[in-house]
Amino acid sequence: MKSTKEVIVVGGGLAGLAAAMKLAENGCRIKIVSVTKVKRSHSVCAQGGINAAINLKGEDDSPYIHAYDTIKGGDFLGDQPPILEMCLAAPGIIRLMDRLGCPFNRTPEGTLDFRRFGGTLYNRTAFCGASTGQQLLYALDEQVRRYEVSGQVEKFENHEFMRLVMDENGAARGIVYMDLINMKLDVMKADAVIFGTGGPGLIFKKSTNSTFCTGASNGRLFMQGMEYANGEFIQIHPTAIPGEDKLRLMSESLRGEGGRIWVYGDSSKKITNSEGKSISCGKTGEPWYFLEELYPGYGNLVARDVAAREILRVCELGLGIDGKPQVYLDMTHLPAKTLHKVESVLDIYRKFTGEDPRKVPMRIYPAVHYSMGGAWVDWPASDDPDRMSRFRQMTNIPGCFNVGESEFQYHGANRLGANSLVSCIFGGLVAGIEVPRYLETLTTSVSALPFKIFSESMAQEESLKHDLLTRDGPENVHKLHDEMADWMVRNVTVKRNNADLQKTIDKLKEIRQRYDHISLDDKGHLMNQTYAFANQFRAMLELALAMTKSALVRNESRGAHFKPEYPKRDDKNWLKTTIATYRKDEPEITFKKVNISYLEPFERDYVSAKKIKPTLKNLPNNIQLPL
Amino acid sequence: MTEKFVLKIYRGTPGKQYWEEFELEVKPFYNIISALMDVQKSPVNRKGQKVEPIAWEQGCLEEVCGSCSMLINGKPRQACTALIQNLIDESKSRTVTIAPMTKFPLVRDLVIDRDSMFEHLKRIRGWVEVDGSFERGFGPKQDPKIQEARYVLSTCMTCGCCVEACPQVNKNSKFMGPAVISQVRLFNSHPTGKMQAPERLRVLMDEGGISDCGNAQNCAKVCPKNIPLTESIAVMGREVSKQALHDLISLPDAYLDK
Repeated sequence: MKSTKEVIVVGGGLAGLAAAMKLAENGCRIKIVSVTKVKRSHSVCAQGGINAAINLKGEDDSPYIHAYDTIKGGDFLGDQPPILEMCLAAPGIIRLMDRLGCPFNRTPEGTLDFRRFGGTLYNRTAFCGASTGQQLLYALDEQVRRYEVSGQVEKFENHEFMRLVMDENGAARGIVYMDLINMKLDVMKADAVIFGTGGPGLIFKKSTNSTFCTGASNGRLFMQGMEYANGEFIQIHPTAIPGEDKLRLMSESLRGEGGRIWVYGDSSKKITNSEGKSISCGKTGEPWYFLEELYPGYGNLVARDVAAREILRVCELGLGIDGKPQVYLDMTHLPAKTLHKVESVLDIYRKFTGEDPRKVPMRIYPAVHYSMGGAWVDWPASDDPDRMSRFRQMTNIPGCFNVGESEFQYHGANRLGANSLVSCIFGGLVAGIEVPRYLETLTTSVSALPFKIFSESMAQEESLKHDLLTRDGPENVHKLHDEMADWMVRNVTVKRNNADLQKTIDKLKEIRQRYDHISLDDKGHLMNQTYAFANQFRAMLELALAMTKSALVRNESRGAHFKPEYPKRDDKNWLKTTIATYRKDEPEITFKKVNISYLEPFERDYVSAKKIKPTLKNLPNNIQLPL
Repeated sequence: MTEKFVLKIYRGTPGKQYWEEFELEVKPFYNIISALMDVQKSPVNRKGQKVEPIAWEQGCLEEVCGSCSMLINGKPRQACTALIQNLIDESKSRTVTIAPMTKFPLVRDLVIDRDSMFEHLKRIRGWVEVDGSFERGFGPKQDPKIQEARYVLSTCMTCGCCVEACPQVNKNSKFMGPAVISQVRLFNSHPTGKMQAPERLRVLMDEGGISDCGNAQNCAKVCPKNIPLTESIAVMGREVSKQALHDLISLPDAYLDK
């Protein structure tokens, strides 16, 4: 019997919902599993916008320049075929979201408006006020609700993925999942499973991520054999407000609309610019707009990794505001009409600090923001001879797909602002086409498989649950979390060095041992959040190890991965994708070749600003976009 | 010297709710969520007893996901933006009370079940009925002023504060509440969404629909996104009347004359 077209989508953010919508259109029956109401997914936090080179501003922009900027911004670590196709599809994605009713800002003529974002010289970022992610997510949530009403989609909200069920050939055939209200485990069958479970921000505890973003799903899959790629590439967003519970993002759109970063200058101090020249740190007592001086071409809109490092460097010179690790992000000089466009971001600052950023400059500092790395997924290019026998967005586990921030492939070593939303929707749509094609190749349907494969997985999960709930040691899982996060933030973010990375690996292993001796403050069966977190924590630890070991191995500096011992990008030795594979003691690291078919690597330069017409070579002429 | 405050929580399960107090330090930028996180780490109440940690819902912590609605000093709002120092200053009391919202079924402690709001979104067919997700060019052009008004309506995060504050939502009524009425306005104001306007308006004519609004206007006061809910209800009230009249007297082809 052939496949019954039953598909599970784990995660209901932008990527998961885009996949669900496309799958429904292609005649599949979908079950969405999400730890929260899908409408509350972390995609809502994306503020600034979504990139697409539609060229409505008379700038002669094109998707090829968008691809060029993305490849360059990612410091050449990104595989070029998926990036190119994403950029080619981006204008169609914007038009689709416009049709779905997403309230994009408009020009007086009534067409879509675009703003400028980091790492580019073009106005190619469409936006909905300053809550673009929220609006895009709602538009897809609405379409999926429509399929829910028609019966094609069934939602399991407040349910968590716990374990992948695989058949005797190792192909994904369903999941074990847990009801987060009554803590009951159950199995769900399908012929393919798509994961769009977002980033792993909570591994660092305080980040710009929502509290759902534990990375546990990917961690669990990793422990079941899924390869994890480029885990060392963690984006630090240059501008966030410090807080006790989280670090709140102050969108790049603030700088896109004219916001300037500065500290008080000190002419007695010197700093080296990117040409190696030593210059003085502004004039004493006067605002020093250091990004504008160090990067005259891009100014405040240099790529994120560069901006974050420069803020750190300036603070390390003792120039932080009040001697603390903080710099000013200034909007006070901008007209009311401009400020209105980013009102919701400014409101966040006001609400959480009590200060009005229209009147006083904001105090900000870099924060963990995004994981470029994630599940390794396949991408047969359109001119590959085996294009149709492989499946895009599929992990190394057959039938197990991964989309959105939880996979690795669109951003290389550093993501450009406003590229995440487009990569989420694009990856989701692609999976919505590739999964049905995969289902066609199956010779047996899940309903024909012995129930044993499910009951065994279920039994494993039941015994793990029993074990965790009955542990009676002296350790507290929340305190272990604090400790892990503290090590990760100190050693695996903006600056890395091998000695500390090794110590972090040892520390993570020690925490893993102590984790065996936790006891839970809640041993009940109703909405037991302590248990749910304790279970996630095990998987988070393994992902943390993968990230740290990947960082230790990579002896160069590239994009978000900066190692002063090896300050230069080293294409000869390190132009390769890091692959971490789970092993009991610590992950095994191997490498895969990066596909650089279209553009030869060159040194990134944000000092001079010249709009160039890049030539991409070897472009395939048979690209089919998922729209 | 660090200042302290008391977090007084109405907790428990349906039929077994009780107050429990925790004493905590006021840290810089400390909000209700940070306080709950600290309690979770070490759940010891004011009497020094080790108790079960509090269950609550949270997500973005920037007031854009709608998860963490609760009653804070009696008022429905998001816990993430509720700064402890502000609460102390406003109430002139060092005790901050939090409780689960009351108009939804209680699950545990501060967690309630807001499914009903999502069911209402299904009933009103809250989406733009497109032909499919394949490439068909842009949607219709829109006046920027209309876009801006729609954007405000579209920031509704289904948090439930307006439902909680509404006196007409109670055990004896089936009133759907303000949020969903405003959503009808959102979809009916879209050039494509408009085509299903009559169907949506007819849902508002049903039991629990717009005629149950008592015009108390609490909804707009508590909305964390400042959505003009009372205005939406007024506009939809007018549209519902027009639709009802139209349904009553129009000829089958009267769409052409609208």
